[in-house]
Amino acid sequence: MTATSGSANGGQPLLALRGVSKRFGAVQALDGVDFEVRAGEVVGLVGDNGAGKSTLVKVMSGIYMADEGEYHFDGERQHVHGPNDATALGVATVYQDLALCDNLDVVANLFVGREEISGGAGGVLRGLDEASMEQQAGELLQTLTVRLPSVRQEVGLLSGGQRQSVAIARSLIGEAKVVLLDEPTAALGVAQTAQVLALIRRLREQGLGVVVISHNLADVFEVVDRILVLRLGRKAGIFEIGETTREEIVSAITGAEFGGNGGDDESGRDAAEAAR
Amino acid sequence: MSTAAATPEPTPAAAPEREAEGGRFAVLQRVAQGELGPLRVLIGLILIWGVFTLANDRFLTATNLVNLSLQIAATGMISIGVVLVLLLGEIDLSVAIVSGLCAAIMAVLVEQHGWAAAPGIAAAIAAGAAIGLFQGSVVTRFGIPSFVVTLAGLIGWQGALLYVLGDTGTVNITNPTIVDLAGTFYTGATAYIIAAAVVAAFALSSLDARRRRLRAGLVAATPVVVAVRVAAVALVSFGVVAVLDQDRGLPLALVILIGFVVVFDYVVRRTRFGRHVLAVGGNAEAARRAGIRVDRVRVMVFVLASSLSACGGILFASRLLAVNQSSGGSDLLLLAIAGPVIAGVSLFGGRGTVWAALLGGLVIGSITNGMDLLALPSSTKYMVTGGVLLAAVVVDAAARQRRQRAGRV
Repeated sequence: MTATSGSANGGQPLLALRGVSKRFGAVQALDGVDFEVRAGEVVGLVGDNGAGKSTLVKVMSGIYMADEGEYHFDGERQHVHGPNDATALGVATVYQDLALCDNLDVVANLFVGREEISGGAGGVLRGLDEASMEQQAGELLQTLTVRLPSVRQEVGLLSGGQRQSVAIARSLIGEAKVVLLDEPTAALGVAQTAQVLALIRRLREQGLGVVVISHNLADVFEVVDRILVLRLGRKAGIFEIGETTREEIVSAITGAEFGGNGGDDESGRDAAEAAR
Repeated sequence: MSTAAATPEPTPAAAPEREAEGGRFAVLQRVAQGELGPLRVLIGLILIWGVFTLANDRFLTATNLVNLSLQIAATGMISIGVVLVLLLGEIDLSVAIVSGLCAAIMAVLVEQHGWAAAPGIAAAIAAGAAIGLFQGSVVTRFGIPSFVVTLAGLIGWQGALLYVLGDTGTVNITNPTIVDLAGTFYTGATAYIIAAAVVAAFALSSLDARRRRLRAGLVAATPVVVAVRVAAVALVSFGVVAVLDQDRGLPLALVILIGFVVVFDYVVRRTRFGRHVLAVGGNAEAARRAGIRVDRVRVMVFVLASSLSACGGILFASRLLAVNQSSGGSDLLLLAIAGPVIAGVSLFGGRGTVWAALLGGLVIGSITNGMDLLALPSSTKYMVTGGVLLAAVVVDAAARQRRQRAGRV
């Protein structure tokens, strides 16, 4: 990685993984991968199917524990034993399936699992502080310029892009510092994709570290500062967005020299992989 | 929406206006999608009452309406528990028989072992809670569909009921406190004071909600809207009291039922627990990831459902002045589940209100009561009730399909 990284703050990494390896039986899913994301930076994570993107993100979000390697957050080494540990640190994950409750409205979805209770009455019958939650939801969505028909709209009736926006906004209700987005633009139309990409830029402006996993290089090039390419569980390269081309990324993903004749080599490896 | 990226931030002045627009739009959309169950049910209820009044002019008399409210009190109580279970997307087939079993436990303790009424009632409710805890734990621990577990309960608790009742197979209720539950009527000033208290409580809570929203800088209902809502509640409350007062009066059993409905409606819509129930019913996986202890919510709902069944059973015993081998049997299960479903509680979980227990109970109760007045044979009554239930479920499923199509666009 170049010393003059394109990040806004340029300071020490917010979330950093050092030499992370993960093995599932005979499959080496990750092999000594380094990764870091700074505050106010969007890092793209790309790679072919089975390259280890999902495994890496699950290590970051605490779902998997790495066999080897270190997890650093805000400059300190951390031992993350589950998703709750990662959430407590400030690492929020937005899954591809969004995990929204379609029957609840936007406010309820933003606060699900961390509802606010008003001061009055006692015991289990204490009421939800709907006014406060609605106010915060309105402010948050306004900050992110997410436009919805109403914050009291049932989420099931929103469009795909609006739902994705709600899912991303939800990760910011806690004290999130790093947001992991798993395929945020998959299954979205052109306009809705633009909407979500704009939202990702605003997360960067808010000073969050953002990690975007995507298959769509066009989207990645539009929004990220750096790209980490994974190939067969190893780091195939880190590219600053201003200093690379799509062709370079593609060749790093496939392992073929751009314009070169790596085809034989490639098919040979595929065969070897299949044989395993 | 397509221009979201390019559009400048909406000015604060524009925001409320947009929101109000969205609100109206949402209501229209929901009507179009076959939601707003309560409205649909009220229209259905008016139709049913119209038909039966035309067929028999005794239907809409004060005497019959007092009978109707007594008839629905116990079933409606059981239905509150059914609503909670349905909101989770589960089902409890044991509610009716548990109501019979718990009433039998109370009857035996009070009438044969000389317990006072209060501990006897408490023991019955505790037994219901224990049954719910057991069934809910089996459902969550082993991941068995609640349909099967509570079907086993339906049969098993029937056996327990026979065992508790012993050789005679019936226990008469003479304890005055228990008899008074369904035998007390409030007339004249007392009844009107109760209605006034209801209206006052509603007005105060509406004003409080409005004050909170204004303090938070949100769009709140205008004073006119609040006044209209309070007037509507006053009209219904005083209207019901005025009609029932022409006969025996306002039954305590109805007051108890409405009290429970109000409390559980508050629990579902306004407390953290209720929100978690709706979240689990809407998307259990999302709820789990959000940190909700899904299994605990499930078990708690089964505990509440069985406890409410016990309460319903006690009201039944009080009205019939006895508990016997057919308590909790016959069509009680069908009626207790059909009521909420007819009133718009979705079988797929996450959608519906506790008021459906009361409204659905009224619909089902009116049909049964009306057909009794017309002296229709049981064969007809069963077929009509079954047909109404099927129609309600079809409407629910059709609304769900429309929602899914709308969601995909």
